[in-house]
Amino acid sequence: MQLTIWTYEGPPHVGAMRVATGMKDVHYVLHAPQGDTYADLLFTMIERRDHRPPVTYTTFQAQDLGGDTAGMVKQSVRDAYERFRPQALLVGASCTAELIQDDPGGLAETLNLPVPVVPLELPSYQRKENWGASETFYQLLRAMALPHAPPPGTERLPVVERWQTEGRRPSCNLLGPTALGFRHRDDVIEVTRLLDAIGVDVSVVAPMTSSPADLARLGDADVNVVLYPEVGGQAATWLERTFRQPVVRTVPIGVGATRDFVREMAEVTGLDVDEALRIVETRLPSRMPWWSRSVDSTYLTDKRVFIFGDATHAVAAARVASEELGFQVVGLGCYNREFAREVRTAAKALGIEPLITDDYLEVEDAIREAAPELVLGTQMERHIAKRLGLFCTVISAPVHVQDFPARYSPQMGPEGANVIFDSWVHPLMMGLEEHLLGMFQDDFEFANDRGPSHLHAEAPAAPVLSMATEPEGANAGEGALRAAAVPAAAGAGPHASNQAPDPAGAQAAAASSAEAPGVGTAASAGAPSWTADAEQELKKIPFFVRGKVRRNTESFAAERGIPTITVDTMYDAKAHFGNR
Amino acid sequence: MNPSTLDAGDRRAETVPAPTPSVSTGESRGCRDLPVLKERGQREVFCGLTGIIWLHRKMQDAFFLIVGSRTCAHLMQSAAGVMIFAEPRFGTAIIDERDLAGMADVHQELDKVVTRLLDRRPDIRTLFLVGSCPSEVIKLDLSRAAERLNGIHAPDCRVLAYSGSGIETTFTQGEDTCLQALVPKMPEAPDSPGTAVATPGAPVAPASLLVVGTMADVVEDQMRRIFDALGIGPVHFFPPRRSAELPPVGPGTRLLLAQPWINETIHALEKRGAERLHAPFPLGVEGTLAWFRAAAEAWGVDEARLMEATASGRERGARSLERHREVLAGKRIFFFPDSQLELPLARFLHRELGMVPVEVGMPYLHRAHMEQEMELLDGDFLDEGFVLSEGQDVDLQLDRCRAVRPDLTVCGLGLANPLEAMGLTTKWAIELVFTPIQGFDQAGDLAELFARPLRRHAALRSMPAMPVMPAMPAVPAMPAVPAMPPKEG
Ligand code: SF4
Ligand code: SF4
Repeated sequence: MQLTIWTYEGPPHVGAMRVATGMKDVHYVLHAPQGDTYADLLFTMIERRDHRPPVTYTTFQAQDLGGDTAGMVKQSVRDAYERFRPQALLVGASCTAELIQDDPGGLAETLNLPVPVVPLELPSYQRKENWGASETFYQLLRAMALPHAPPPGTERLPVVERWQTEGRRPSCNLLGPTALGFRHRDDVIEVTRLLDAIGVDVSVVAPMTSSPADLARLGDADVNVVLYPEVGGQAATWLERTFRQPVVRTVPIGVGATRDFVREMAEVTGLDVDEALRIVETRLPSRMPWWSRSVDSTYLTDKRVFIFGDATHAVAAARVASEELGFQVVGLGCYNREFAREVRTAAKALGIEPLITDDYLEVEDAIREAAPELVLGTQMERHIAKRLGLFCTVISAPVHVQDFPARYSPQMGPEGANVIFDSWVHPLMMGLEEHLLGMFQDDFEFANDRGPSHLHAEAPAAPVLSMATEPEGANAGEGALRAAAVPAAAGAGPHASNQAPDPAGAQAAAASSAEAPGVGTAASAGAPSWTADAEQELKKIPFFVRGKVRRNTESFAAERGIPTITVDTMYDAKAHFGNR
Repeated sequence: MNPSTLDAGDRRAETVPAPTPSVSTGESRGCRDLPVLKERGQREVFCGLTGIIWLHRKMQDAFFLIVGSRTCAHLMQSAAGVMIFAEPRFGTAIIDERDLAGMADVHQELDKVVTRLLDRRPDIRTLFLVGSCPSEVIKLDLSRAAERLNGIHAPDCRVLAYSGSGIETTFTQGEDTCLQALVPKMPEAPDSPGTAVATPGAPVAPASLLVVGTMADVVEDQMRRIFDALGIGPVHFFPPRRSAELPPVGPGTRLLLAQPWINETIHALEKRGAERLHAPFPLGVEGTLAWFRAAAEAWGVDEARLMEATASGRERGARSLERHREVLAGKRIFFFPDSQLELPLARFLHRELGMVPVEVGMPYLHRAHMEQEMELLDGDFLDEGFVLSEGQDVDLQLDRCRAVRPDLTVCGLGLANPLEAMGLTTKWAIELVFTPIQGFDQAGDLAELFARPLRRHAALRSMPAMPVMPAMPAVPAMPAVPAMPPKEG
């Protein structure tokens, strides 16, 4: 039994819904109680879909339990087939139905419907959303494509020969995008555009945009590209084994990874690698390398960044942050244990400890401890950053409605790199402004712990870095919300109050507890204490680096056994750490 | 559309005539005489857990610990949104396979979770263990667990249990089961003779008023001022703002329902001697006045004083409705079942704003508590094919909605955008539960919630309807590129 406040992943049947909702002509019958129908709103509200997800719920009630819940399953499957006429049916149970063991998949099979019925066994008490999506995609793919598989041992022509003899361009499938994925819609467009430029056609995009019939012809393409390993990796491995299709596994997020992706694709398909790279550079150049080299970006050097998300996006972000923006990665982690190995490797290369957890509270502690200047994370880290008064950009699911922008906004490919530059750098303090703040911190307008001037409305007020676990800070924020009306505080559905840091609430929070001397230090036992002078000096430091200075000074003092931090200790620490 | 025609093609719907009311209300065909379309298909309604979203804000010293699955946790954060600034006072103890396989003792595990939680939140005075479908199905006895934990943590923190499971409760019923769990803990009213000494059957003079059902604090304060002006008191609100300060109850207590989903709680309070005052719900000017009148009559306050005490409120309320009537009058409205507020809202919109209800769907119909509402929703003025439906079969109901093409459809978040994409104007039902809408001074705000989508629809009329989600993303046109020459060797 685990105590959870927020969860990074939903149950596995929500993963199955992401697959079904992204696809065409599939219907999913879910044996589940009425409350589980909430999952529809993830798609209709957060992603703003214009159709209901293709899901029928049996919505059994307590009074049905002694009776014929199996009959309800059969009835629902029959009705759903009659009404929606899908090419294939997925049938499964949610957590509650799993306990009553009706075997919905088996029941559906007894109906002898004229379309494939794919039973889904998604253990809810063991697995989570991404796993459920991957498994659903894999099971449906198997059901549709296996009849078309060549007999085992059949040789497949090398990729180059296949497309050359057939007198066409090489082709690939893009695997992994689903409904509700972070920027999947635009990544698919961008990668298709990129591949088109180097002369590779996209055959099928799956699961999103495809029908079961499309899955049946996945084996026709020359190569499979795994855009999102969390969902598409298992399917690609099966296709590789069954159809002998090679797999391109580089995820093209960032300038370097996009080049690697192009190189890998050219190699696998037998295209001229240098020519392919040259084409991308001339025809689809990214502005990011120059934007990052431009002298005004010098201030980005060694910005402390904390990264958390799904493993694929976290690892990609770590590479972009350290190699393409010159940030210092001070934290790296993921919530999906299944892919922890990749994160461990990346963290090791950066010389930091990986954080593998799906406990939101643990992530919050780690961020507080690391005192970063920027958090790259999920909707949850946005939440944490808001509480701690830090800037945050979302780089990974789970995300909220504001992360489904109207504009074209991919993460992958050349345009994705541009988007990343803008969205990560945007929240940070501009270089000269930072110096001015440092020099003239007593200016009455600065004194109010201002954020970057170009971001006035969005800036979190002062850092609440030193805030202990919950107390007044959060309550002050709550107070601001409560002022409207009690129930209204919850916000009316996903659209309400999604603005980035709430300035009023954050100010209130800051006012009440952020700068209370020694709150943070008091929390950790045995930490050195601060003299009043030193506290005063600390306040002169611009708020966006104050957390870092506090932390550096404390660890400096602790290492040397200095019990009380004076102004001198602060400057000693500054000399020791430099500007890091 | 006539309800009887619905029957023909629908194996699951049964049309049940409403029992003839014992009190005649004159010759007009009231809503109570209408047949009710009962449906038992797929429901598209939240489970009772969702009540926690407002309950945890209302009772600021309470924490709600759901004992359930990852689905329950995910429901809560999706329905509540992850946008709440502060850490919420709810969480989920997620049952995992070790608990199910009996490898871990579930009760011990729960104790550990509760200890961790209370260490983290020493400010909590009441901890609710909230049952879910999984905890019900595995027959985890949360009342027993609550008793045991109460033994450990009381008096600092009281531990209680109730069920919000989707197999037993719909959306707003979660508040009913929660309050029901609090009733036995309410102190005996000091000014009541006590159940033991009361002569059975003898009427007890009203000694205090208990308003039952969560309303916004600001609304409670307004109402208290009117009760004061009427000389009615003491007045208590239930749930209270602090769970540790429960209001008293006894045979002198009179009950006024603020929300239509409070049913079993009323029953429990009646068992403690309290008596329910019969009134419609305090929505709109008319509903609010009738609601106060029920209390006034019980306290022997005369009509003149009632009219005087409510004069300014009624006047402001009526004025605030004016500008919305223009937008709403004559518009046809369709309610999907959601919160139980559907019938009172239809009554308000019909009688005070001239809207025409075409279907009013409710998760369930509690006739005793809806009696006044049904009397008011007068049949004479209703659309020919008016349907009052109970339960749901969402696909059939969507068919009906598409067929009648109402001007405004009130529905849950899962249905709103798909209906909008079909060109229907919608109003999210959930907002009606999260917004202060009761009382004279909120009548205009309530009307505004319905008028806004219509005004918006009109404002945007020049925009083309969008093909929202093309199945295959369009690839920006690129010049055709010849394939690369194959690599040497
Ligand atoms: S319906 Fe049951 S399983 Fe689903 S969220 Fe509600 S309580 Fe949990
Ligand atoms: S039906 Fe009658 S007894 Fe039951 S709760 Fe309602 S008023 Fe009380």
